[in-house]
Amino acid sequence: MNRWESDPILTVEHLTMRFGGLVAIDDLSFSVGRGDITAIIGPNGAGKTTVFNCVTGFYKPTEGRIAIALDKADAETLERLTAGGQRMSEDRNILLLDRMPDFEIARDARVARTFQNIRLFGGMTVLENLFVAQHNKLMLASNYTIGGIFGLSRYRKGQDDALGRARYWLEQIDLIDRADDPAADLPYGAQRRLEIARAMCTGPKLLCLDEPAAGLNPRESAELNTLLRFIRDEHGISVLLIEHDMGVVMEISDHIVVLDYGEKISDGAADFVRHDPKVIAAYLGVEDEEVETPAEQGASG
Amino acid sequence: MANTTGESALDTGAVGAEIEDERRAEAVRGEPPFTEHPASGDRLAAALKDAVIAGLIALALAGPMVGLRTETAIGGLSLSQHWLPVAVIVAVVFLGRLLLNLFVWRTGGRTKPITATSFRLLPSGEQLEKWRWPGLVAAIAFTIVMPFLPFADRYWMDQAIVVLTYCMLGWGLNVVVGLAGLLDLGYVAFYAVGAYSFALLATNFDLGFWVCLPMAGILAAGWGLILGFPVLRLRGDYLAIVTLAFGEIIRVVIINWYDFTNGPDGISGIPRPTLFGIPFERGDDGFAAVFGLEYSSIQRIIFLYYIILVLALVTNFVTLRLRRLPVGRAWEALREDEIACRSLGINTTNTKLTAFATGAMFGGFAGSFFATRQGFISPESFTAIESFIILAVVVLGGLGSQLGIVIAVIFLNTAFEVLRGLDEYRMLIVGLMMVLIMVWRPRGLVSTRRPSVTLSGRAKAVRGELVGEGSG
Repeated sequence: MNRWESDPILTVEHLTMRFGGLVAIDDLSFSVGRGDITAIIGPNGAGKTTVFNCVTGFYKPTEGRIAIALDKADAETLERLTAGGQRMSEDRNILLLDRMPDFEIARDARVARTFQNIRLFGGMTVLENLFVAQHNKLMLASNYTIGGIFGLSRYRKGQDDALGRARYWLEQIDLIDRADDPAADLPYGAQRRLEIARAMCTGPKLLCLDEPAAGLNPRESAELNTLLRFIRDEHGISVLLIEHDMGVVMEISDHIVVLDYGEKISDGAADFVRHDPKVIAAYLGVEDEEVETPAEQGASG
Repeated sequence: MANTTGESALDTGAVGAEIEDERRAEAVRGEPPFTEHPASGDRLAAALKDAVIAGLIALALAGPMVGLRTETAIGGLSLSQHWLPVAVIVAVVFLGRLLLNLFVWRTGGRTKPITATSFRLLPSGEQLEKWRWPGLVAAIAFTIVMPFLPFADRYWMDQAIVVLTYCMLGWGLNVVVGLAGLLDLGYVAFYAVGAYSFALLATNFDLGFWVCLPMAGILAAGWGLILGFPVLRLRGDYLAIVTLAFGEIIRVVIINWYDFTNGPDGISGIPRPTLFGIPFERGDDGFAAVFGLEYSSIQRIIFLYYIILVLALVTNFVTLRLRRLPVGRAWEALREDEIACRSLGINTTNTKLTAFATGAMFGGFAGSFFATRQGFISPESFTAIESFIILAVVVLGGLGSQLGIVIAVIFLNTAFEVLRGLDEYRMLIVGLMMVLIMVWRPRGLVSTRRPSVTLSGRAKAVRGELVGEGSG
């Protein structure tokens, strides 16, 4: 059995998002396997980013349930929470994301995200960006500022820990030499990497990346693949990504969900999706028999 | 949206390259503009032109500052004119600039045009860095010994107290506007709350200055929270309008709630601060008698000066410290990008409220100092123009810069004092000068930003044009 069926970290059920009369997502259900890299693909306007915004709480879904299981999927508890109108289980294992505001999803449900158009703190240095990501931990260490003002040892230790974590991720994304430069001064590819490192510094269980390879050259795309595999394999983080670059998607994804006009048209492993006639039709908008070969090239290149 | 399929990947790639080009161009733009070496015949002309411009700047500066002087005359002040020193200053600047242009600034066949140097009239971030600690120590030492320097008469001490009060207000507002990026046009409301809290507590309950001071700060912080809640969802212009209205509401309430605030008549008889219970007055229990000194009214002024000095230094220290703590970093992150903040699990509601409350608290402290210094307060002192002046200080100094605020306060106070004799033209000239400064340095006098934490230990200042201005 696939991991997204046996032990999903994220389950999205009957998600519907309407903006006035426009149905952006219509009754969408899918799961993200624990420790998988899951890709959401689809033509422009298919509703991919809307799904992301619902999962991360930036939109409140019109209907549907979005649940995260931090340690272990547990259908029974999930049903109990849903019926009881609660947000999260007592042990903080199961959380209902559709009932939580965005910052609590990042803080308590441990879902980190990046943005399609990079949103770094441009006037702050690379290192400061990674410190802001550790805000909640540092806030606690500084006794909500009181201890920090007097420079208590607990805060100094917290700061050292934060520095260590930041240094670790800077080494992973190869930006340690530019730690004290303003984030806005970095080249585009480095900004993308920094945004991923910043999301990782929040200590997530699920990392949501909105088009991480957009604007990258082939070499940078390859580096991104390595980084994402590293995050999955070494840190056991589940990754959910939206991507147009099929080279990235096909190479690293364990599981692909294809959307078109707000509906799921295909769901499965890379090989399955690549040969699904519905996917080919959606991408090329013509009869599948005519274009079998070019479609494959398009999908793999 | 563009069309579908694999082509879209190419499209985004091209957009990415464009963005990168733009960023590169922006990065280069930060450097001072150097012109190419002009042809040799042009050099004298260019040097002359440059020197004339420098001379005109000197004239514009020295004219009002040296040429016009106010003097006490029968029935008020009179304006005396001193044009000889002005002429000397202008001549020295013109000739010096000409000689420097011709003989010194010609390294490597490049002349440095006036634009390049005028942008460097104030030292750059790196140069400031070198003088940071010596400058700070010298400035603090000067402020401590200032009351005992020979020139420090009643007038100078009063001016120093005003400057320090506005520095404190500027530093307090800087938390809200400079760090958190929330445009607040009603800051004077907290100044008023602090002053009235102090005055009412002191006159009704007979409490001393040192008891009322923290209470006034807490009350002002509470009003900061009360203002904060309704405006959390507002951004930019809308936020500014609502804060402006809040400032006016407080003033109007003070005027009309006659039973409580004594309305337009104001509150008088506010107690003066005492030194551990020793009042500064003539008599056997007074400060002078206790310490065996001859009584002089300036002793009280000097004491007030030290109080505001300590309050201002505490404000400065605490705000600098907060900036380096997670809460301050969250304020700045909020100014840079609120959505990114929320994606990182930062509670932006609480973060905004703490910024409002912190800023308001310092405003409250300054207000209670104002009340004890004046001994009398009325709604007249808390008009919207006060808010604008404090905001002008913050913007003129450079958003987020503590040093910039000091320079801006000294500049504005000097301008107001020097131009006092010009009556209604005073505001006109000061306004014009402020416009010129903002044209010259659009991001304020000190626009660079110091990182709150570094890996290498050597802080490199972040250029002003990269720092966000905030939209909330």
